[in-house]
Amino acid sequence: MMAELEDLYQEVILDHNKSPRNFRVIENADRKAEGFNPLCGDHVTVYLRLRDGLIEDISFQGSGCAISKASASIMTAELKGKKESDAEELFDKVHKMLTSDGVDGGQSLGKLTVLSGVAKFPARVKCASLAWHTMNSALKGGSEVASTE
Amino acid sequence: MKAAKEGMAGGSRRVRFDVAHVRRDFPILSRSVHGKPLVYLDNGATSQKPQAVIEALSRYYREENSNIHRGVHFLSERATAAYEEARQKIQAFINAAHKEEIIFVRGTTEAVNLVAQSYGRSALKAGDEIIISAMEHHSNIVPWQMLRDQTGARLRVIPINHNGELVLDEYRRLLNDKTKIVSVTHVSNALGTVAPVHEIVAAAHERGIPVMLDGAQAVPHLKVDVQELGCDFYAFSGHKMFGPTGVGVLYGRRELLDKMPPYQGGGDMISLVTFEKTHYNVLPYKFEAGTPNIAGGIGLGAAVDYLQHLAWEQVVAHEEDLLAYATEKLAVIDGLRIIGTAKEKVGVLSFVFDKIHAHDVGTILDQEGVAVRAGHHCAMPVMQRFGVPATTRASFAFYNTRDEIDVLAKAIQSVLKVFG
Repeated sequence: MMAELEDLYQEVILDHNKSPRNFRVIENADRKAEGFNPLCGDHVTVYLRLRDGLIEDISFQGSGCAISKASASIMTAELKGKKESDAEELFDKVHKMLTSDGVDGGQSLGKLTVLSGVAKFPARVKCASLAWHTMNSALKGGSEVASTE
Repeated sequence: MKAAKEGMAGGSRRVRFDVAHVRRDFPILSRSVHGKPLVYLDNGATSQKPQAVIEALSRYYREENSNIHRGVHFLSERATAAYEEARQKIQAFINAAHKEEIIFVRGTTEAVNLVAQSYGRSALKAGDEIIISAMEHHSNIVPWQMLRDQTGARLRVIPINHNGELVLDEYRRLLNDKTKIVSVTHVSNALGTVAPVHEIVAAAHERGIPVMLDGAQAVPHLKVDVQELGCDFYAFSGHKMFGPTGVGVLYGRRELLDKMPPYQGGGDMISLVTFEKTHYNVLPYKFEAGTPNIAGGIGLGAAVDYLQHLAWEQVVAHEEDLLAYATEKLAVIDGLRIIGTAKEKVGVLSFVFDKIHAHDVGTILDQEGVAVRAGHHCAMPVMQRFGVPATTRASFAFYNTRDEIDVLAKAIQSVLKVFG
């Protein structure tokens, strides 16, 4: 397999795609937002339970490609227990990593760096960012549907 | 490779179809992508252009560029003649009875919007019905929904069966005294199904209901004769039939077009303007407001010339062979399911894997130089009907080869390796 393709479909990504974490509904969620990628029809719903400025629980549902599913799964695993303000900061950093041709490779992003390979595939950036946009919109409490457009 | 002559037809020499020979007419087909030879299987989205079309565009801008139907000067007369000559070529290509039945538009989408807004808004009232089918492209759904909302009419949908074929009995049941127009696709862009258009037209005409056919995916694959089809409107896009983007055609029967109000107002579509009243121009100019895509129209004329010189029966046979070969090669791949298995189909092979999303397939195929479309193909209701979020679609043109299908099949094995 070509190097760029290997960077995109790393083992961790394939694993999260196969067995996504927190792939469930939170019945008593405080916040919930839906995201669509109108280009391809990908669809994700992100659920949040918040307490004292902390993300007590986070989950997602929906359908999409390996990149969008893995990105959502990794995001939920990473954000559980984090401060709301940290989540917003991470959203900005991830967004930069996905769109910056992998420069800085997101050293400060720990496990999230597995998503950096996406930057080489412009057509797939929206797949990876959909869950993050949706999470951000849920955090802000907006009832609007998030979109990658 | 010998290119034997196959006799004369319509004054132009038809050349025996030889795919290696034909490929040389399309410069882009010899390029590579990601270091691999390009295998272009996204013809349903847009087709590639032969050198003759590229040269026609370039020559127009180099030697003839001028506005049409206006100037008395040399260049304007040349440009006008070239543009109107293209209209005649298209008339002959689809065998329309009259030249003024060929209306230049931006593409199929604009043609459907034109008919919906011009014919539809004047002919429909609250309670009337519009019939479309379950395998329409969004461009043959949304304009009718807009018309429905403007008039209070009702949208009825002919269902499709699990092979992706229209259910004709259901269609006949849907037709009634309130039906004011039927608009269906000739060939489905997502499934490749060829609709039973003769039966559709006949049943509607028994009740005096006009029929529009969306021919965007049909014209590149089938010989289309609008008089033989008997339809009232026929729409297609230049860029899917080896011509330029931004130009397309609405064919309409003259009796209907004559009665229809203009779609857009502006220059070229008038004969006299005062602030009190405007007299509209005659057909087809009544529907061609503003400076048109002149180069595009001339380029489309060149595409028609190119297609007319091919031996069409052999083109059709070659494409049938490609589709049959691709179906056979892909059907045996583990976990692959073909969506759209109509008896009558052309040009399209849509498929899914239960556990691999179409986008991932598309990205990996691209790395092997294979261009396909991955997604909902602007036909989300078709995806819903088959319970899939998206499909991968390989769509063929006459310049594709069996070798390219072998590359596709091999590239799919790379997908399976990644997701194995």
